[in-house]
Amino acid sequence: MIWPVLSALWSHWRRHTNQLITLLTGLALATGLWSAVQAINTEARASYQRANAQLSFGQLDRLYPTTGSIPLSRYVDLRRNGWQVAAVLTDTLRVSGHSYDVLGVDLLAYPTLPAIAEVSQTVGVAPVDALTAPGRLFMRPETAQNLRKQGSWPPIIETASVPLDTILTDIGVAENLLNRKEQISYLLVLPNQPMNRPSLSQIAPELRRVATQGTDQTTRLTDSFHLNLTAFGLLSFAVGLFIVHGTVGLAFEQRRGMIRTLRALGVPLRLLTRILLAELLVCALVGGAIGLGLGYVIAGILLPDVAATLRGLYSAPIEGTLSLRPTWIVAGFGMAICGTLIASFQALWRVSRLPLLAAPGAHAWVSKGVDRPIQAIAGMGLILGGISIFGVLDGLIAGFIMLAGIMIGTALLLPWCLEQVLKFGQGRARSPLSEWIWADMRAQLSGLSLAMMALMLALAANIGVGTMVSSFRLTFTGWLNQRLASELYVTAKDDVQGAKIAMWLSTRSDAVLPIRASKLQFQNKPLFVYGIVDDSTYRDNWPLIAQTPAVWDKVAAGQGLLINEQLARREQIWPGDHITILENWTFSVVGVYSDYGNPTAQAIISLPSLLNHLPDLPNQRFGVRVAPDKATALANDLITRFDLPAQAVVNQGDLKARSLSVFNKTFVVTGALNVLTLGVAGFAILTSMLTMWTQRLPQVAPVWALGITRKQLAKLEIIRSVALAAMTALLALPLGLVLAWVLLEIINVEAFGWRLPMHLFPTDWLILGLVALCAASIAAVLPALRLKRGPPSDLLKVFTNDR
Amino acid sequence: MHHYPFKQTIKGHDTMLLSVDRISKTYPGSRPVLQNVSITLGQGDTLALTGESGSGKSTLLNLVAALDEFDEGEITLGTKTYSMLNDVGRAELRRTQVALVFQQFNLIPSLTVKQNLSFHARLGNKNGPEWIAHLTERLGLEALVSRYPEQLSGGQQQRVAIGRALALKPALLLADEPTGNLDDTASNAVMTLMLDLVRETGAALLLVTHSNAIAAQLDHRIHLAGGRIT
Amino acid sequence: MIVKLSMFLMLFPFMAVAQGFAGLGQDAEGFDVPFKGHTLTFPKDHGAHPGFRIEWWYVTANLSDDTGSQYGVQWTLFRSALRPLRQSGWQDPTVWMGHAALTTPEHHFFGERLARGGIGQAGVTPAPFSAWIDEWQLQGPTFQDLSMTAATEEFSYNLQLTSQDPLILHGENGYSVKSEQGQASYYYAQPAYQVRGTLNLPAGPIAVTGTAWLDREWSSQPLSADQTGWDWFSLSFNDGTRLMAFQLRGEKFDFISGTWITEKGETTPLKSNEILLTPLATTVVSEREIPTQWSLSVPEHQVDVTISALNREAWMETSFPYWEGPVNVTGNRTGVGYLEMTGYE
Repeated sequence: MIWPVLSALWSHWRRHTNQLITLLTGLALATGLWSAVQAINTEARASYQRANAQLSFGQLDRLYPTTGSIPLSRYVDLRRNGWQVAAVLTDTLRVSGHSYDVLGVDLLAYPTLPAIAEVSQTVGVAPVDALTAPGRLFMRPETAQNLRKQGSWPPIIETASVPLDTILTDIGVAENLLNRKEQISYLLVLPNQPMNRPSLSQIAPELRRVATQGTDQTTRLTDSFHLNLTAFGLLSFAVGLFIVHGTVGLAFEQRRGMIRTLRALGVPLRLLTRILLAELLVCALVGGAIGLGLGYVIAGILLPDVAATLRGLYSAPIEGTLSLRPTWIVAGFGMAICGTLIASFQALWRVSRLPLLAAPGAHAWVSKGVDRPIQAIAGMGLILGGISIFGVLDGLIAGFIMLAGIMIGTALLLPWCLEQVLKFGQGRARSPLSEWIWADMRAQLSGLSLAMMALMLALAANIGVGTMVSSFRLTFTGWLNQRLASELYVTAKDDVQGAKIAMWLSTRSDAVLPIRASKLQFQNKPLFVYGIVDDSTYRDNWPLIAQTPAVWDKVAAGQGLLINEQLARREQIWPGDHITILENWTFSVVGVYSDYGNPTAQAIISLPSLLNHLPDLPNQRFGVRVAPDKATALANDLITRFDLPAQAVVNQGDLKARSLSVFNKTFVVTGALNVLTLGVAGFAILTSMLTMWTQRLPQVAPVWALGITRKQLAKLEIIRSVALAAMTALLALPLGLVLAWVLLEIINVEAFGWRLPMHLFPTDWLILGLVALCAASIAAVLPALRLKRGPPSDLLKVFTNDR
Repeated sequence: MHHYPFKQTIKGHDTMLLSVDRISKTYPGSRPVLQNVSITLGQGDTLALTGESGSGKSTLLNLVAALDEFDEGEITLGTKTYSMLNDVGRAELRRTQVALVFQQFNLIPSLTVKQNLSFHARLGNKNGPEWIAHLTERLGLEALVSRYPEQLSGGQQQRVAIGRALALKPALLLADEPTGNLDDTASNAVMTLMLDLVRETGAALLLVTHSNAIAAQLDHRIHLAGGRIT
Repeated sequence: MIVKLSMFLMLFPFMAVAQGFAGLGQDAEGFDVPFKGHTLTFPKDHGAHPGFRIEWWYVTANLSDDTGSQYGVQWTLFRSALRPLRQSGWQDPTVWMGHAALTTPEHHFFGERLARGGIGQAGVTPAPFSAWIDEWQLQGPTFQDLSMTAATEEFSYNLQLTSQDPLILHGENGYSVKSEQGQASYYYAQPAYQVRGTLNLPAGPIAVTGTAWLDREWSSQPLSADQTGWDWFSLSFNDGTRLMAFQLRGEKFDFISGTWITEKGETTPLKSNEILLTPLATTVVSEREIPTQWSLSVPEHQVDVTISALNREAWMETSFPYWEGPVNVTGNRTGVGYLEMTGYE
């Protein structure tokens, strides 16, 4: 019995190949984008994990100095008192404008470092070579490629066991590379400590022990980014499901007669439902498979940019290559199947409730609108629910929940809103044709509302994210101009050369501004304290977002300090508060400055004051104020005079360009996902239009018969579609702005620690609106053309008796 | 009885309305549907078109309604020669001169009864609220004006369709088995009402029917078989 | 952890397996070599000899508590120069390695420490004598009066070592030949320390007394290339005489040598043909077959004894693993001692 039933049901798809293709495309798009995002997330997380495991510090507690670095003698003290610790010296090294993390580990004390163990096994480096001069540098082949040319460096050992842009080496090599003799950044507390050891406070009271959890910040920071991507993936998935829902609904609707006939011929309803379910599952598997392929390709294309973003924003170690994971495949199919079932539940339910005999009134045009108020109330509920969850819970996740509530809630409100608009229009219509058009649009609403909801969500996401990114860019550019006020930035080889350069420049420039900083600890997190000299450059340009009167005088007098916004928001410290950055060294906070793109806390005090407490700060970097037209000449002079490498003297313009390019890369992924989501939404409209086409004929044919040309009807079809899209776009605008506001005011603050002013970009909206209208008109053109060009007999069929 | 302001059309062959002259029509891939069919119809004339299923009745009706195009011959309605008309001209013809009542009632589902009734007349710029009110009353639809077609019974829907067609005051009413979907009692009532109203309107009527009883009530009768008049 | 550690350290050139146990069979390129006729001077020679590739300070003690339970204690500091030069800071090519062990009849605890030479984490000064790595140390005002401490997470000990007896110079005035090809080391010992102090075991502290034997040896290539390991015995007989004997196992033949020590500290070097060593029983420890019972006879000095391990599982699973533990001596003489066996694969 099954085979004839199957072939009967299948014949529908054979005759409506387009429908089948649409169904599979919808599924593939939904699964594809979702899976792409998942693949990216998984890959990134795996990268962090790998980096953590390779350096295997994750499980070890650390001892941090209160200030600066730990002297070598302290390490020996601890060792001689039984403390089994391993010394680590780490810092950023800039080579040819690129930053590398140098990680110098005492390879003898901590030889179980998995990265080293792997290298030893595969490459066979003699530890004597790694431990004694000149030593060895362990790094990825990609990293090595950039660093090969450093002539005086120790030999490089290429290994995949080290995170990207990290140089792993013995601490003895690292201190030479970083020019930080006998300094230690932190100590790892090794497992298996001997008995009867004195307590830390007895032997090294200035060191603080930081438990494992406190050290791994990558995950916390990047979580927000991944949450963001996941949200986009879910959005695309939902939009894809709209397509599936539409197509499945239509296919089932069209097979109503066949299903009735089959049942009348004695096929049990249960069997029929099961076969339909099986059919859907097969579609889900096929569509899911295509989607996984698609997702893999998309993820492969996007991953390098995601990697760049994560490195740029959070300095998170991530690689740009994608690997195929079985769990990912399984999850992808799972999503495809779940999605298909969700999207087809209604259709299946209807089949299972289908009466054996046909009841009159198959086209329930008016009654379908009855549930719109209920849907609208549910939408309002979701919006309010989302907002109240954020009110109660706070935090990043709550922020996203609120966003989801607002977005889905508004989407549910959309049909009701559109209906009100159409009702209004209908009431105003004077000519019979316009009356019909309004009425017809209302009738069409049921069929199109899902596609319109998808379009609205995509548009709103676009407006919201676009507003955020553009606001960010505008603020960032302005901020760069303020922050990079010096015309030249010079980096000397060492302190001695630094002093010489400063001396030489003092007569040749308007001002030489030393850039000297120390890495301290505040609330168990790193705090970079910069010392500055009193100069109008700072007074005129530095971007303060909160300040007390005479702020720069106070800083210059050593009476106050400035902190960056991230620190202010994270620790709730604002002007008027005090912070202790070293033991017995407390400052009054006199101002807060914006510091975009920097994940760590920062503070600024007067340089003399900083040198009083920390005299041994490196003095190698300077900002140089000089008339802009003389900057290039001075840069060249500097390079020749002091035999500096070209990258040691950086022009303000270059620096800005570089910063902006990093910024732009940061949002490439967001932009790409935005476009893809919009594309899917466009496709959803197209499929809705196409699937509605057969239902459209009985609507259009009588009007044609009553004397409206097909050309005119075709035109009206397009106008109708464009009008609906335009209304949707108009409604999407406020939603998009709300989204942008939430992103800027809540999500950004939670995720990055800075708040950005919101700017409006009406031109962008206009372009986006036009895109939406184009999508809608393109979607309507196909059916319209069919109407215009097709034989009249298509329309006449509507009137034939045996329909 | 309402005041009835329109002049009644004089009936007779002296004023020729419709001329169907040696029409042939073949759909691609099938045998000829119509061969050399000729009819003439004066203003206010009524003509019954009978024949077996597939004899070409509906096709002839569609051709006269300018819904479809013929291969050979010519049709003229009043001053309009069909072969000279483009799509726009044919639409105008349908909008202003010809009204249709089909077996499928073909009301516009998204419009109310009231809107449906006036729709064609308004499209043809012949809106007469009083005439429509009169029709509504005559058709017994007053209580149903704000309903949607799907909320009506078959007989009610057909009465709306008839009302819509006559609201235009067409020169020619084309009806294709207008009562084919109804039972005999309803069918007779609707048919009688329609014929009364057609006379009242002064329109000519070309009615496709398989019922001899109905055909007998009309002025003329033509029988089609195999695409030819017999 | 231990496995990975050894994987790493296996790559040290001085541990390449093909070149004898722990790389002791390497050539001495750039390092000093011992020569016959050199006179050792003290206390200077108690300290480190950076010109030589390898060196050790090796204490083994046979102890017992007041219930008569026996214990063995080991404290060792190895110095290994990766290159023949010195440098201050992290990149000094000297690696120090400490081994400490505590053996009971039931348990064998051990620990290992590694340190670099250039930073002060480990080292040896001759007078006042001090040898240390991390918090483990062997130190005192003179070589006759030392305190010895070591600790791991499982055990610790704190022992006082005193002796007025003379130092024993092995071989010819401390020049000890290790192969037929003439490889040699400087080798002396203080075999007669009296010990008292405390052992801290997981079960609690235990007061102990006993004797200890300190071995000092340095060289740059003490083994010939074909020698893969050795068996070393230090025995203190109850009558006050002592015997040190070792055999270096070679591919073609074994090289046996030793020193007979009277109760007054007079020494007689023993040649290969004067010592007869036969394994009597083996134990499988760490997947290797190790002889844990030996028969030893030196007919010239009326020694015909059986040597049995106090704990057969005294396996040192350190960077380069070996067997080292206390032994009991039975036969025509009785006593206690230590047995060290290396190079069993």
